[in-house]
Amino acid sequence: MTDKPLLTIEDLKVSFPTRKGLVEAVRGISLSLGREKLGIVGESGSGKSLTGRSILRLVPKPGVVTAGRLEFDGVDLQRASEAQMREIRGQRISMVMQDPKFSLNPVMRVGEQIAEAYRTHQKVPQAEARRRALDMLAAVRIRDPERVYRAYPHEVSGGMGQRIMIAMMLIPDPDLLIADEPTSALDVTVQLQVLAILDDLVTQRGMGLVFISHDLNLVASFCDRVVIMYAGRVMEVCDAKNLAAAQHPYTRGLLNCLPSIDGDGRDLPVLKRDPAWMEHGL
Amino acid sequence: MSGESESLQALGWRAWLLSSSPRSRNQARLGRFYIAWLSFRSNHLAMLGLGIVLALIFMAVFAPLIAPYDPNAQVLADRLQYFSAEHWFGTDDFGRDIFSRIVYGSRLTLYIVILVAIIAAPIGLAVGTTAGYLGGWVDKVLMRITDIFLAFPKLVLALALVSALGPGIENAIIAIAITSWPPYARIARAETITIRNSDFISAVRLQGAGRLRIIWSHIVPLCTSSLIVRVTLDMAGIILTAAGLGFLGLGAQPPLPEWGAMISAGRKVLLDQWWVATVPGIAIFIVSLGFNLLGDGLRDVLDPKSGGQS
Amino acid sequence: MNGAAQASSMIDVRGLDVVFGKGADEVRAVRDVSFRVPEGATFGLVGESGSGKSTVLRALSGLNHDWTGQVVIAGQAQTPKRDKAFYKLVQMVFQDPYGSLHPRHTVDRILMEPLSIHGFGDAERRIEQVLGEVGLGPSFRFRYPHQLSGGQRQRVAVARALILEPRILLLDEPTSALDVSVQAEVLNLLQRLKQERGLTYILVSHDLSVVAHMCDELAVMNNGAVVEELSVERLKSHAPEHPYTRQLMVASLGYDRAAIDRFEDFGVEG
Repeated sequence: MTDKPLLTIEDLKVSFPTRKGLVEAVRGISLSLGREKLGIVGESGSGKSLTGRSILRLVPKPGVVTAGRLEFDGVDLQRASEAQMREIRGQRISMVMQDPKFSLNPVMRVGEQIAEAYRTHQKVPQAEARRRALDMLAAVRIRDPERVYRAYPHEVSGGMGQRIMIAMMLIPDPDLLIADEPTSALDVTVQLQVLAILDDLVTQRGMGLVFISHDLNLVASFCDRVVIMYAGRVMEVCDAKNLAAAQHPYTRGLLNCLPSIDGDGRDLPVLKRDPAWMEHGL
Repeated sequence: MSGESESLQALGWRAWLLSSSPRSRNQARLGRFYIAWLSFRSNHLAMLGLGIVLALIFMAVFAPLIAPYDPNAQVLADRLQYFSAEHWFGTDDFGRDIFSRIVYGSRLTLYIVILVAIIAAPIGLAVGTTAGYLGGWVDKVLMRITDIFLAFPKLVLALALVSALGPGIENAIIAIAITSWPPYARIARAETITIRNSDFISAVRLQGAGRLRIIWSHIVPLCTSSLIVRVTLDMAGIILTAAGLGFLGLGAQPPLPEWGAMISAGRKVLLDQWWVATVPGIAIFIVSLGFNLLGDGLRDVLDPKSGGQS
Repeated sequence: MNGAAQASSMIDVRGLDVVFGKGADEVRAVRDVSFRVPEGATFGLVGESGSGKSTVLRALSGLNHDWTGQVVIAGQAQTPKRDKAFYKLVQMVFQDPYGSLHPRHTVDRILMEPLSIHGFGDAERRIEQVLGEVGLGPSFRFRYPHQLSGGQRQRVAVARALILEPRILLLDEPTSALDVSVQAEVLNLLQRLKQERGLTYILVSHDLSVVAHMCDELAVMNNGAVVEELSVERLKSHAPEHPYTRQLMVASLGYDRAAIDRFEDFGVEG
């Protein structure tokens, strides 16, 4: 029972028609996820964000998504009706994006937005939703939930905004959370504090987490497993603990070109891209 | 065979224009225009608008060849005739051929539109970018002047100016131009304020560029595209204002075949000879529509937010 | 006084204060910042957002006029307003390569602009040479910014800064908007250019590892003030003194659940 994966993706492809022909942004990737923290790492244009969006069928038009299999907890996401998808989005799979300011309604108090998110999926009285929202704000370690409940999005800082987003996304108690660069806009210490909250909640609630990021170091230290993507393909999947021993030349190249505090200040090894990587993925 | 080589040549041009690494300034510039043209061309309504505007220009340029009669030739025996093979759109109450008058009237319409655009748009652009970039008291003074102009209804202000300057087509143009620059100044100022603090303006400041240079060669080019769109969309309003002044007898004076004045002359016989007023009305409607469609299409192509990217 | 050290320092900042706003809205963005950069060195300014590190850079560059204190660059005391000659001495590279190039100008026009402002001759040769130096071939010369990748744009920005042959380059997070592989290329490029031209750099960054890689000395800023100035050797031996610097260092090593609980909030200064 527990071995059964929460999410299975097989041969996922996303393409966009342009003036110069069809551009394949994701070229047939396969992965599966249990109740674990899975990191998807790649540089810009690797297709990592589109992979995350494909799961919720949120790929912007005119993108075309095809997959051999796209299954979440027994539900075929490709055949699900729009009504079924609405049920799944938010309630069973949530998504946190990079910039909270764009994801929150600017003219609504944040607490009301969280309560609203809860009431969309649970038929409960307003007072109950409010109580739950306050609990959730406390759970993301906001010191004065009552005050923040009444605040408008422009009145909160970036780190606070991202905590609010996480509270809003986790209040329906989803089984899977997709976090697309959720902390990239934040300062490094705040980023880690927000991740710690996410980590604790994911562990307590036994959720699956897809963590999409460009930061190899962060993903290696935060996630259980890491998927390395390049040009729409999966280059390598490995346990986060063993990332330092990764085999694929692309992964090695990425690791080597990072400057480090302990480095010797000599020229950084530059990543040489092999055209063959475009053709062969995992 | 020849068809094949032709298409190959066409393909060569296309590739040259769409090249992602142009080899000269001109190739880069033409390539950008070509990409803008490609996206403009895919908008059918915009192409219709462009067609109407081009037809207007064609008509104005070749009026003597197109018009079958002298627009001012009065044949009182033939007055107020219905559509016929001799007089396609009938005749007015002086027996003048309405079709010929419409054709010659296109010259006046174009004349008004072009003059207003080349007077009002640069004034608005200069005032707006200067106010927006310099800020402070310069901004306050220039924008209060703009507000004073904006505080009057356009047509009323134009009427007042024309009655002060005396009726006539030149005075009508001056009046319309004076009343239409303030919105352009506002647009240019708003754009300038968003551009002013961007890094690329900071970068030229750090190269030691003076204010005039920054405004003229770095800010103005970014404001012009939204201004072109706005001016094109305003053309319809300008034509209508000109027609309104003509209708009230304050614009073009008889016997000039100005469309608004033609409607005014036709209103006396509107119930019995409806076409005398209706045909110039339709002409105004079509040309206004054409400019509006063209403006909408240009907005899609030129809007800096969509970037005109490939 | 220490005459020899004074003579060789390229940039000397004493008691720099920057205040934004007036009255109740007054914000002291930079408080009493002092540092000295010897000729040919790279000096790092590290801090989180709102620490005032970029504000220091903007005051040095002449973009921000509202500062008080003493700024001496290449032996000359600077006033808030700069003359044209100053910009031949000091140039800047901005953080966002998507915002720092004029969207309607080709690379050629972008590089031509500083030359025509300062009346330099042989523009053709200079443009070709500087493009070569930053690793962009002639095929890039007539492209528009939207036809370039982020890394290529940043190379153009570096070329634009270098074309006036300055002696000082102010780098405002020059690689934080780039992918890590591109970051390595741009950092290598900056290192090479520094050696070839004997440039002096001030590098502003939030990334301790980038600063450790590039710099000789660094100052850590928090809330507008320098909390610690230290050499890179000291940083590399993991022996910074100030708890804020130590916390930044721990954070830059990656996610460590246990360490995060020990984070302190340095946000409000007493």
